[in-house]
Amino acid sequence: MFPELNSILNATPDSFKSSDFILVSDRRADASFLIHHHLSFYLRAGCKVCFLGLVQSFSHYSAVGQRLGVSLAQAREKGQLVFLEGLKNSIGVVLQEDTSQETQPLSYLRTPGAGLEGLFRFVDRCVRQRGDGDAGESWGPPVLLIDDLSVLLSLGVSVGAILDFTLYCQATVCSELQGNMVILVRCEEDADDDEEGSNLLQRGLVHQCNLALHVEGLPTGYCRDIHGQMSVWWRQGGETIYNQRKIFHFKLHDKGASFFARGTSSAVL
Amino acid sequence: MAAPVRGMAGSTSIGNTTSFQKKTRSKLVSIPGTRPSVQNGQLLVSSGVSSLDYVIGGGLAVGTLLLVEEDRYDSYSRMLLKYFLAEGVVCGHELFLASARDHPDDIMQELPSPIVDDVAGMKISEGQSQPSDPENPDTMKIAWRYQNQPKVQTALASSVRFGHYYDVSKTMEPELRQAAKCHSFYQLQEMPVATGSSPLPSPYHALLKSIQTVIRKEGFDGSTPQSKVRNVLRLGLHSLGSVLWGDDVCCKDNPAHCHALTTFLYILRGMLRTSLSVAMVTVPSHLIQNRAVMGRIIRLSDTAVALESFKGSEKETNPLYKDYHGLLHVRQLPRLNCLSCEVPDTKDLAFKLKRKQFTIERLHLPPDLSETVSRVSKTDLAAGCGSTATGNKHLDF
Repeated sequence: MFPELNSILNATPDSFKSSDFILVSDRRADASFLIHHHLSFYLRAGCKVCFLGLVQSFSHYSAVGQRLGVSLAQAREKGQLVFLEGLKNSIGVVLQEDTSQETQPLSYLRTPGAGLEGLFRFVDRCVRQRGDGDAGESWGPPVLLIDDLSVLLSLGVSVGAILDFTLYCQATVCSELQGNMVILVRCEEDADDDEEGSNLLQRGLVHQCNLALHVEGLPTGYCRDIHGQMSVWWRQGGETIYNQRKIFHFKLHDKGASFFARGTSSAVL
Repeated sequence: MAAPVRGMAGSTSIGNTTSFQKKTRSKLVSIPGTRPSVQNGQLLVSSGVSSLDYVIGGGLAVGTLLLVEEDRYDSYSRMLLKYFLAEGVVCGHELFLASARDHPDDIMQELPSPIVDDVAGMKISEGQSQPSDPENPDTMKIAWRYQNQPKVQTALASSVRFGHYYDVSKTMEPELRQAAKCHSFYQLQEMPVATGSSPLPSPYHALLKSIQTVIRKEGFDGSTPQSKVRNVLRLGLHSLGSVLWGDDVCCKDNPAHCHALTTFLYILRGMLRTSLSVAMVTVPSHLIQNRAVMGRIIRLSDTAVALESFKGSEKETNPLYKDYHGLLHVRQLPRLNCLSCEVPDTKDLAFKLKRKQFTIERLHLPPDLSETVSRVSKTDLAAGCGSTATGNKHLDF
């Protein structure tokens, strides 16, 4: 959890907006640090988190989470965190050894054209399961985190199927259960001839979301001390309709990230 | 004080050799040829080229994938693959080599020979016992005070250095090469297997099956009992995506199997993350027309570098580049188990293959020593301001 980002987004683990769909995207940069932020944020807030980890192993998030002060292993044991190990389970699915019920969420690997229904059923089951633990411990509103959605394009799933999946998830998680959703999408360079691609996916998701965080490199070139720029775009949400955009520069450290207004980096001042 | 070390597969517990137990979750893993990263405790292996290790942040992390975008004639990327495999032989790692064009045995025979003396002595004397010195040859006449000091070990039980240098003009000794365990996969000799409803075409599917078999059988995924000494598996996959692998991503604008290579890399990533192995894949990216596919391939790997050689292009005769053989672009560096990654100093890197070293350095422009360079004379400067200067008028203070 990055305190500066919390103040930028006006959110704390004790009070944050619910029914929020946050889209994290990047172009030629790596925005996964924002996923780590949101993961630790929602775990601290006591929400039930359903994490679809499609590109990294659990130990990676666990190691970063430890630096940020949350213990993912403990959260998983208590039932607060449900982690879908995409990488590990996909081996069995593709090499056709494992056709059991547990691999239903990854059925898109076997038949990419069929869509993501199996994955949605998994998410649905997971977010509806609340407080079935010991001593009636019930968690807060459910949160769905996906890292990252654009890898499904590499596996052959169509953009339409992915957008359908996110629409279903938004209807269930955000509208029905008043929970939040954070999705990471990684885009290519500006390729106008790219019809079926991540740019189309990103545009479609920006249209659906409430808050869009876009990370890219500095437009002026490479700099050692400023790792990139992040633009925050508040879209329509609730009563107030704002359509406000702000741009910040950031620098990643070992245990966090610092955000500052453009031109106020310590390297420059 | 040793830092706790984790491979990408999560903490693996190995029997400690010391009685000192630190209260940490992960136990020390000591595998020859590896060292922990200074940044985040990740277990690193050398790629065979010391300057490449430096550029990618100390070495290749175990459990990750290095993608090398081939240069136009596949000369330097093939060289990097050979360095990678040679480093595996010298460190005692197991090798897996897959290739579709040249037979893996041919590639193995071309491995460069390591330079350091103690390495050559290491393997050959492994079988022999240390000869106990008779008293005569080594009694010191001058430095007799040091007679009773312990002898410096020149023949090591295993090579403990990280990163070695190789002599490209000589090939590796057959004894040294055969001491390493090498599994190979030659696509043209494999039987096409009916893959049923797999999303992958047959060659990639067979290759993944073969890799999985090796990992399971040799126990790289932790399935064997503790008594076996841990080792690292180095996978070298040559020219993936080329036509000989049954993939048309390199020859068509809209390939029929446009997701084959990316699905393969995804599954390979899963296998690497769950075992003590490291892979180097070379891809002929200059043949892939679709930039979006190339972007996806890069994102599915952990470290990605691209080689651009000057051979055959107009840059070969450009005086700016006369000291180098090509440019090296670092496309991506991994962020493993931590938020930040190694941020390179500079992105203008050039490489040069010398006989004993593959150097990668910052691109320097050579000094401009042409004959037409004229020195600006003092008179011209002085005539700048004020009155019309005639001839040599110096401003002397």
